[in-house]
Amino acid sequence: MPSFVIAEKCDGCKAQDKTACQYICPNDLMTLNRDLMKAYNQEPDQCWECYNCVKICPQQAIEVRGYADFVPLGGNVIPMRGSDSIMWTIKFRNGKLKRFKFPIRTTPEGSIDPYAGKPEANLDNIKKPGYFTHQGEGKEMPVITQK
Amino acid sequence: MEKETCTFSYCQKPEIVEVETDILIVGGGMSACGAAFESVRWAQAAEKAGKGPIKITLVDKAAMDRSGAVAMGLSAINTYMGENDPHDYVRYVRGDLMGIIREDLVFDLGRHVDDSVHNFEDWGLPIWKKDDKGHSVDGAQGLPKLRDGGTPVRSGRWQIMINGESYKVVVAEAAKKALGMENIYERVFIVKLLLDEKEENRIAAAVGFSVRENKVYIFKANAILLGCGGAVNVFRPRSVAEGQGRAWYPVWNSGSGYALGIQVGAELTMMENRFVPARFKDGYGPVGAWFLFFKAKATNALGEDYCAGENLEEAKKLYSPYAEKMGTAIRNHMMMMDMKKGKGPILMNTHTAMAELGKTMDAKQLKHLEAEAWEDFLDMCIGQAGVWAGMDIEPDQKPSEIMPTEPYLLGSHAGCAGFWVSGPDDLGAPEDWHWGYNRMSTVKGLFMMGDICGASGHKFSSGSHAEGRIAGKAAVAFVLDHKDFKPTISKSPEELAAEIYLPFEIYEKYKTYSTAPEVNPHYIKPRMLQARLQKIADEYFGGVSTWYMTSKTLLEEGLRQLQILKEDSARMAAKDLHELMRCWENYHRIWSIEAHAKHILFREETRYPGYYYRGDFLAIDDQNWKCFVNSRYDPKTGEWNCFKRDYVQLVSD
Repeated sequence: MPSFVIAEKCDGCKAQDKTACQYICPNDLMTLNRDLMKAYNQEPDQCWECYNCVKICPQQAIEVRGYADFVPLGGNVIPMRGSDSIMWTIKFRNGKLKRFKFPIRTTPEGSIDPYAGKPEANLDNIKKPGYFTHQGEGKEMPVITQK
Repeated sequence: MEKETCTFSYCQKPEIVEVETDILIVGGGMSACGAAFESVRWAQAAEKAGKGPIKITLVDKAAMDRSGAVAMGLSAINTYMGENDPHDYVRYVRGDLMGIIREDLVFDLGRHVDDSVHNFEDWGLPIWKKDDKGHSVDGAQGLPKLRDGGTPVRSGRWQIMINGESYKVVVAEAAKKALGMENIYERVFIVKLLLDEKEENRIAAAVGFSVRENKVYIFKANAILLGCGGAVNVFRPRSVAEGQGRAWYPVWNSGSGYALGIQVGAELTMMENRFVPARFKDGYGPVGAWFLFFKAKATNALGEDYCAGENLEEAKKLYSPYAEKMGTAIRNHMMMMDMKKGKGPILMNTHTAMAELGKTMDAKQLKHLEAEAWEDFLDMCIGQAGVWAGMDIEPDQKPSEIMPTEPYLLGSHAGCAGFWVSGPDDLGAPEDWHWGYNRMSTVKGLFMMGDICGASGHKFSSGSHAEGRIAGKAAVAFVLDHKDFKPTISKSPEELAAEIYLPFEIYEKYKTYSTAPEVNPHYIKPRMLQARLQKIADEYFGGVSTWYMTSKTLLEEGLRQLQILKEDSARMAAKDLHELMRCWENYHRIWSIEAHAKHILFREETRYPGYYYRGDFLAIDDQNWKCFVNSRYDPKTGEWNCFKRDYVQLVSD
């Protein structure tokens, strides 16, 4: 509604240093009920169904129930996100299943060195067009010639 | 009503954290990540040359891994030049935005953008490729990278397909590494910018609060890069219950960038522009790949092309020569002509497109095609896959409805509402279009990027990153030229904290007056404030309930009601930090929609049929209105002034 937390599965991320769904939700919706030690979506009508809480939950305790305004009951879409790919299971209202798997990244998580193999910036060029990365290429930035 | 103030007599006083930095990046989306990546490298060079250190700080309302418009992922990068010429990119953007854009900014973006895409691929974003048989394969098959001559899979002239579920995660990782986590403040929402006390029209600080703990932040900066998203759910959406979360653009884009810049007097441009995307009905799934990649045809329910025949002839009468160019707005216009005749539902014929493509495919290729079709949604609009699952729609079996959405304000997708900025000085633009630092607004030291940098749409994700880099580099140059600046702010930290926490004070003061805190005559909760805002916008400024129709008389009445809403916003009430965030977001929405309405009122023509109509000036009037409409709110007097600026064509037809 849209995202919801299955009570039986949620453990409040008590073994983690922070509640995963609360950490990731771009709209600050997921929150922890400290009495129950279980998470919930505090404002379901502001949920974009971005699935980031679903994907990050270590207990797979979060799913999405389609917007009640217009989605009939019975279907669901469930991801399983790994380190390099994501697997989707789509269940139709009529019970039919479809599964898809797609790559998500080609480098290990946390391995990016943003400036590896890139030139340093040359301060002489700071007021000219082009990025620091263009400096090594020896190319002039194009200008408007078709006037 | 009596004015309320916060003296912390009722609510708890927050801890006040003051941060001094040379450059502050506000936002954590694509443009902000680009700004971080580029500016840090130039700052390193400055330090090496003995001109540093330059401290760069980023503040994001959410968590950078999944913040901004790309939070869910994307299935395509919509701006990649590759074999194309930036001149043609300018022609395309100009055509789609009905003739009025800043061609210097658009060309500048076109000549820079590919480098960002190449970096994304270096960092780990899988980009689809064509193999030697011409078949499309996913981006993890080890084919050569784009920068090494790999061939992308074009879904349109400017678009390339990606496996983009983790697009933002990858781009954010690079930005976070560049900045260092010690320079990043997540879950801190900036609600206000401050001008310098000593120097006229000069940015000095940004203030906001943590949405997780009782802390107010004051960031004093030499330069500020504003990278907030556009304005969503400012108009009443078609789905008004739970489904209002399923906005086409990110529901958390609250117009903060517009509001922050407007209130310090930055000049706006083309705020009359809006975007009304035609999307799969209700789920708002993307149609681009269906049109461009799968070659699907959209028709009315009778199977007729609504962009032809009688409709086209009718459209030409008011909107020639733009109607013939079939831009996005015009296609919306003709779709609505058929909807009004009762020829709906309008259908995207996915089934016939897949059957056509399947004619030359074997079973394995067909399966791949089906996966590609679903990935388009699963990478960027999972809710649409949920709609299809719930309604038993398989795209190869039956068509799906499409429909124009509620209006959105933005400047990086197919819209161009934003701020007037300085452009590059080497592209032959008029002298008054550049004043020293690329993407700097008319407020000294305040830079605009992504959604809020105006008159230069069709940047999309890659272009926003690219623009952030352009602005980030320029901000370093600015800081080097203004090393001696020391920001001075007129208000004390306590006064600022009291302003930000006013909705808490009001709530705590009055909450026991009624037995149910939601209904109370002393205050307005942010949810109701937003509902009222949306109702005004929808009914007076041309939302869905009036078929996007407005006029001078409607706009003036709506603006009058909006003014009263603004007065009432001084009585917003919040029970917790989450609601305090909603209060300030909706306050920002009010400013965004106010600018939008004032611009529509000023422009006496219908420049964007299909997005909005001035019933009193129903045609396009190039003679009088082929110009920018700009405006400025004067923070000293509170007056708003709209005016024309000349459009200058820099690239030939």
